[in-house]
Amino acid sequence: MQLAEVTGTVVATVKYQGLEGVRFLVVQPLDRECRPQGRQVVAADGVHMAGPGEMVYIVGSREASLAMPEPFVPVDHAIVGIVDHVERS
Amino acid sequence: MKIGRVSGTVVSTISAPVYDHRRLLLCDLLDEVGDDTGDYLICVDAVDAGHGETVLIVDEGNGARQVVSDPQAPIRAVIVGIVDELLVDGTAREVA
Repeated sequence: MQLAEVTGTVVATVKYQGLEGVRFLVVQPLDRECRPQGRQVVAADGVHMAGPGEMVYIVGSREASLAMPEPFVPVDHAIVGIVDHVERS
Repeated sequence: MKIGRVSGTVVSTISAPVYDHRRLLLCDLLDEVGDDTGDYLICVDAVDAGHGETVLIVDEGNGARQVVSDPQAPIRAVIVGIVDELLVDGTAREVA
């Protein structure tokens, strides 16, 4: 799982079956100092509450589809939590 | 599996249900001799690891779901051990 910041939303009317009602957000993956790292990706919102400007954590690969209401839908990144803060030791 | 060092905690109120009441730790990933790689992972803690400790991480969904006993959990990285010693090419490496 990785940190990311939500930067935008994706609006799609036509989606594969099982993805109805799923929100898609554009996220910028972050490094461990919470700085942008790598290319932005589209992630499905598994918590239904994330919005632009928020820091979230995302899960990739097949695990992403398990965060959806219907399992095994074609999704490769999903937001699974909203970060309140990161405490560095 | 990967070797990491616990470097922080991620605090989250709104999350997928499987993360409720579980500690999420920020782990810096280490290479085979215990040096920092610059990468990191957010991991669910299954062994009560502490800050600064060197840990063993499973970064694979099936194993992770088995640890949390939930076959539908959207989870991938779990801390499954605390490393006491790294012995590489016959040389013991210092771990925290």
